[in-house]
Amino acid sequence: MSGDNRFLGLIYLSPFIIGLLVFTALPFLASLYLSFTNYNLMNEPVFTGLQNYIRLFTNDRTFRKSLWVTLVYVFMTVPLKLAFALFMAVILNYKLKFINVFRTAYYVPSILGGSIAIAVLWRYIFADVGLVNMGLALLGFEPVNWFGDPTNALFTITLLRLWQFGSAMVIFLAALQSIDKTLYEAASIDGAGKWTSFVYITLPLITPVIFFNLIMQMVQAFQEFNGPYIITQGGPLKSTYLLPIYIYDEAFKRFDMGYASAIAWVLFLIIMALTLVAFWSSRHWVYYAGDKRS
Amino acid sequence: MTDHILSQNSPAARDIDIARSRETRRHRFNAALRYALLTGVGLLMLYPLIWLIGASFKTNSEIFANPGFWPESPTLDGYIKGWKTSTPYSFGTFFVNTLWIVIPKVIGTAISCTAVAYGFARFDFPFKKVLFSALIATLLLPNVVTRIPQYLIFRDLGWLDSYLPLWVPSALAGDAFFVFMLVQFLRAIPRDMEEAARVDGATTWQTLIFIVVPLLMPALISVCLFQFMWTMNDFLGPLIYISSVDKYPISLALKLSIDTTEAFEWNRVLAMSVLSLAPALAVFFLAQKYFIDGISSGGIKG
Repeated sequence: MSGDNRFLGLIYLSPFIIGLLVFTALPFLASLYLSFTNYNLMNEPVFTGLQNYIRLFTNDRTFRKSLWVTLVYVFMTVPLKLAFALFMAVILNYKLKFINVFRTAYYVPSILGGSIAIAVLWRYIFADVGLVNMGLALLGFEPVNWFGDPTNALFTITLLRLWQFGSAMVIFLAALQSIDKTLYEAASIDGAGKWTSFVYITLPLITPVIFFNLIMQMVQAFQEFNGPYIITQGGPLKSTYLLPIYIYDEAFKRFDMGYASAIAWVLFLIIMALTLVAFWSSRHWVYYAGDKRS
Repeated sequence: MTDHILSQNSPAARDIDIARSRETRRHRFNAALRYALLTGVGLLMLYPLIWLIGASFKTNSEIFANPGFWPESPTLDGYIKGWKTSTPYSFGTFFVNTLWIVIPKVIGTAISCTAVAYGFARFDFPFKKVLFSALIATLLLPNVVTRIPQYLIFRDLGWLDSYLPLWVPSALAGDAFFVFMLVQFLRAIPRDMEEAARVDGATTWQTLIFIVVPLLMPALISVCLFQFMWTMNDFLGPLIYISSVDKYPISLALKLSIDTTEAFEWNRVLAMSVLSLAPALAVFFLAQKYFIDGISSGGIKG
């Protein structure tokens, strides 16, 4: 209110401001500084300029492998997960009884998926003699070496994330349900088929939600840790050695904090760059009703 | 009724009738197809969980011999031996530890995020725009880039191997996402009641407690539930900060159990996995409305 002290709001914000300074801003700058140093926790950090970055890009095969694996993982997981989530949301968006039952059932894996128990379960069901191979045998297929083969292992990890499509689906479903039904009626009077309506009405109207899901899923996928750490420990032949695991190993197993910070910054810059590309390109493909860009 | 009379009399109406029943038939077919697909995908998705529950009651030799859900000779062996664990502590200790991490963290999150969201949504103050932009930036900032210096800060504070590194950032509204969600919710609530209270002489603090918090309750419950779930599932935080086994939460205890000799005692590991998922599942089914509302309104990671 008008009589209030103009700093009153800042008092309510004080926890956030302290947290922002101490646990976000300071660590953010510190990690940038550390990435230019050699620091193994025993001695003081020694400034070494670009040395960590030079080593990363010229003399570290593990890093190159890990970066490649991470990119493959993200570009495989995110589009597949979003496409599947959208597909299931479209199927669900119909006059059906039990719609809530299905929605709940599909959402359960998203609630549990990040837990260690599920990663453990994944190890068991994709084991050589595990549930999946037993099922394949019943159907008359050859067993698949899900974790032992480097080309399959990353895909098996990807499946764990795809399995958690429910949260993205719920967001898509909410968006689909908010679309004005008269638009479809008008389109069908004009002779538009189902597919045409979907491409020209549904998709444009839900682009803001696709955009939101895309950014969120991408940022998370780049930081995946639990699944590969528990299920494959990054193997075999580092085929599931995602960058967050490499950073963890460098920082908390080898205590090479400077080098780990440099890897973290490379990962951060990649995420930032892709996020910026997404934001920049969104002008061209994200449609905001009434063009309210908020 | 009129439909019925017309359809008996005029041929045109009969055509309409036929078209309508064809429409209904198409609708039924369409719905049946969707049900079939939804049920198929649903079973495929949930079968691993169903199998997990069944397998936790199986003997070790049966787990990898039988893809069915129902155990041939049900046994509680996995639960009894798994509960004892290979450490000097029972699984109960790890459960208590987990709650001891989760509950203060959830309370701290709820209080700090409410206060901060109230500040953002209801006051004008210097640097408001800058601070709000900082909030959004935090939202998008990957944790991976701040983790190492955070560890060093907690080390210098002497907080390693305690729960403080897990509690304190959340108690300082560190989960920007929740603040953002509450701000959005608050902006949609009319201010009339708050202004009336202020006119009657209530302080902003009293207004917050007695007017805003009750209105904010649905969103606040969503925040608490999500924080509960995420903290239950959190693995990397405890992995970095907690080193003594007697302080382990269940996520670390499970990891320990697959690393140690228990690796060949599959039913123990599966039984403890079931137990570790049980609280999250129970809370989810009791409060699913808040999850679905929270995720549909604000949009949540997951």
